Amino acid sequence: MNWEAFWLTVRLAAIVSALLIVIGIPIAYWLTYSRWRFKFLVEAAVALPIVLPPTVLGFYVLVALGSRSPIGRWWESLTGHTLAFTFEGLVIGSLLYSLPFAVQPFAASFGAVDSSLLRASASLGHSPLQTFRRIVLPLSKAGLVTGFTLSFAHTLGEFGVVLMVGGNIPGVTRTISIDIYDQVQAANYSGANLTALLLLVISFLLLSVVFGLNRFGANRRPSAVAPWR
Amino acid sequence: MAVKIILPASPAQKLSSAPISSELEVRIRKRFPHPEGTFNLNVHFRALAGFTILFGASGAGKTTLLDCIAGLTNPDEGRVAIAGEDLYDSEKRRNVAAWKRRIGYVCQDLALFPHLSAEENVGYGLRALAPQERQRRSREILNTFRIDHLRARRPSQISGGERQRVALARTLATQPLALLLDEPLAALDLPTKSSLVRDLRKWNQDHRVPILFVTHNQDEVFALGDEVIILDAGRIIAQGQPHEVMRAPRLETVAQLSGFENIFDASVLALHEDRGTMTCHLRSGTVELETPLVRAEVGSHLKVGVRAGDLLLATESPRGLSARNVLPGTIRRLVQRDVIVSALVDCGGSEFDVHLTLAARDALQLAPGNKVWVVVKTHSCHLMRA
Repeated sequence: MNWEAFWLTVRLAAIVSALLIVIGIPIAYWLTYSRWRFKFLVEAAVALPIVLPPTVLGFYVLVALGSRSPIGRWWESLTGHTLAFTFEGLVIGSLLYSLPFAVQPFAASFGAVDSSLLRASASLGHSPLQTFRRIVLPLSKAGLVTGFTLSFAHTLGEFGVVLMVGGNIPGVTRTISIDIYDQVQAANYSGANLTALLLLVISFLLLSVVFGLNRFGANRRPSAVAPWR
Repeated sequence: MAVKIILPASPAQKLSSAPISSELEVRIRKRFPHPEGTFNLNVHFRALAGFTILFGASGAGKTTLLDCIAGLTNPDEGRVAIAGEDLYDSEKRRNVAAWKRRIGYVCQDLALFPHLSAEENVGYGLRALAPQERQRRSREILNTFRIDHLRARRPSQISGGERQRVALARTLATQPLALLLDEPLAALDLPTKSSLVRDLRKWNQDHRVPILFVTHNQDEVFALGDEVIILDAGRIIAQGQPHEVMRAPRLETVAQLSGFENIFDASVLALHEDRGTMTCHLRSGTVELETPLVRAEVGSHLKVGVRAGDLLLATESPRGLSARNVLPGTIRRLVQRDVIVSALVDCGGSEFDVHLTLAARDALQLAPGNKVWVVVKTHSCHLMRA
């Protein structure tokens, strides 16, 4: 059992899902309440990582992080090394890879908050942001936990993006799923089995939390309309 | 980040020093798609401090009107002003955001915040105040509405009538410049209703602001109304004091909306002011009906509306009845609709639609051609302008 890879993976997943709370809430807010005509294009773009082969996503992230792209050069001038094949690069790739798993539950739970509560809050003198903070967020707890847990579990099991962006550097970018692949390549089936089983159990437990939460904790109603301007 | 609204220390005092200015002016036009074509809301009225009742059948545009005033939906054009200050003016391109309008709005579904206690709900609109002051003000209004004992409970843990009180208290705590109440008494039993009305009246004596009160219940109009506005299909069809407007003959469109199966052309034969009734002759035949008294002259033409469910049918000439109108007639047809039987009875040339239960039809062994008596109570007759 490669504990180094295990803890690296847990650290990666924790950082990514925590960052996705910060990034995902504004995106979900916008997706829920924007009345822009072409919003669906953004929705499609956010959902893209669900259907895209991880290698395709990883390839583009690699190109974007490389020293030929503006982002890569900017980072290089800032830190002296490229983002590709680093833990930071892995975080960026995983953020994109797990984005829909955070944003979609967030947006769904924001949208499920009864619009009459938002109207009441507005007529009681609260701005849209105050209403969001004091009404929508507290009533979306289940969705926030779901998004956090799903993106955590999804990052835990990622393989293609990691391999493309991070390579396979022990202690830096070698995650647990790549470790399993390595062990199978080395015909170490019992080692692979142990690690795979651990990943399976953890993923199952995390998903149980998600479904249990939505089964017992939710009082959802359909449709939401933002009354505010 | 977020901007706080600053509540004046005591708007009540400010308003009482200048009572004339607390007037709500509303001039709104709004068209919007509707299941049956386009709905046109087109109203213009002023509401002074005190209760103004908005009365009309469902679908008359009452809630949309309130939404426009509160700023929760935008009119196409017009003006909304409170105390002389524009909240919306299409000409000046002015449109104050809902949360800055200081208009209290209690909507039909109350919209209490489910994750907050009754006290937190009531204090929600007071966040600009210091915590002690906010608590003092919430406790005070909780006391006024006699729900102090519920303050720690969540909305799901209190009864419907209590929820209604919490919703009212929450809105009144913010000391709004005007108050919009969308059927706040619907679904309450009578004692709860009248005690809530008392509390509301008491509050209104201390805070002289315009209160728009939506209802489709006639009793509430008389219980509360200083002024009543009758809305029908997006237009104001009558405005005035309840006893003038509600007792006067109304347009038939209102009647049709509220579902009168029987509508007759009639002319006034005689007025009995001592009894509060009058006699009307149905012009389709020979029938004379005793109806409630309205402001009408002898000989003038009216329409009389009677609900089919308000009529009684007897197979023998009834005696000792309080009802003033007992009309002999003949059953022409019996039509069954679900569990209701509609009996069409010819009484001296006028045809009445009478609704019966299946059991009543069978017990009376009703059949076309039978001789029957139709019983019409005076107050089941609704008079409308011809």
